Amino acid sequence: MRSKNKVAGAGTTGSSASPCAACKLLRRRCAEDCLFAPYFPPDQPHKFASVHKVFGASNVNKLLQELPVNYRSDAVSSMVYEANARVRDPVYGCAGAISSLQQQVDVLQAQLAMAQAEIIRLRMQHAGYLAHLRLTSARGGGGGGGGSSATSSPKMMEVNEKPVYNLETEMDQTSMYEPMWSC
Amino acid sequence: MSESNSNSASISRRCAACKYLRRRCSADCILSPYFPASHPQRFACVHRIFGASNVARMLQILPVHQRAQAAESISFEAHWRAQDPVYGCVRIINMLQHEIYESQQELARTQAQLAMYTARQPTEASSVIAQPQENLILDNSNFLNFQDLHDLI
Repeated sequence: MRSKNKVAGAGTTGSSASPCAACKLLRRRCAEDCLFAPYFPPDQPHKFASVHKVFGASNVNKLLQELPVNYRSDAVSSMVYEANARVRDPVYGCAGAISSLQQQVDVLQAQLAMAQAEIIRLRMQHAGYLAHLRLTSARGGGGGGGGSSATSSPKMMEVNEKPVYNLETEMDQTSMYEPMWSC
Repeated sequence: MSESNSNSASISRRCAACKYLRRRCSADCILSPYFPASHPQRFACVHRIFGASNVARMLQILPVHQRAQAAESISFEAHWRAQDPVYGCVRIINMLQHEIYESQQELARTQAQLAMYTARQPTEASSVIAQPQENLILDNSNFLNFQDLHDLI
């Protein structure tokens, strides 16, 4: 019994393998050693369609032939990605995606720089407060300064008082300089 | 004499595309505004990767005011594909996504440190933490991993 459905590529050998998506689109016989067959299976016709639309079958063929076999799969995948990007955005294609990603990198790096600057500022503020505490305890001997509770913790005092950091009086106290740079 | 002069004049006015393809450059050549004769290598690269007819078709379907940008981006992609036949400009995309991921991680660590300081000094540090964090979380489905490249297509 002969199958009425003649499948391109089956030939007279009776092979049941259907042609790859490339040969199907190009309406040609899919040879055993078809270059496209491993990368464009017949159940994914859209893959080859977009690649053919943007690069052209002959150009894809030339590009793949120039590559070692173990690189061809990745090359096809990247070409499909690029072709799809061009179909979605005929003006900018992949370059549009690159531009958008670069902008996101810039925004993130700006945010990171701001956050790091804030940490440095807070560390300096904290160091100044500690220096103030030491100076206060060295002078007065008692806790708390004027007005506030004598037993108040440094944390409580930070909430109510803005730390005062006077460079002139603290110049000789090198121990106040805590390491600010964690790197 | 005058005919040869006019012939040579028309030949010298050919764009890089028509020069490369060894054809007459007509007045309405769609490629000539974007592939001037002064940059022959640019068209050679584009032709090698995409093919002249594909490029002409891609430009033809666009409005005139967008064709220059399209030609520029096509040249960019062709250049990177010629440099890297396996990944082309997709490699740049992958690198940028990796950079975004790293920056996000670093930003998260830095913000955690800020949160520690906020616990000590709520009046100063909280204003930084409370700012809306746009663009920090990317939709991970757009991330391109070369190992998963096949699945994303």
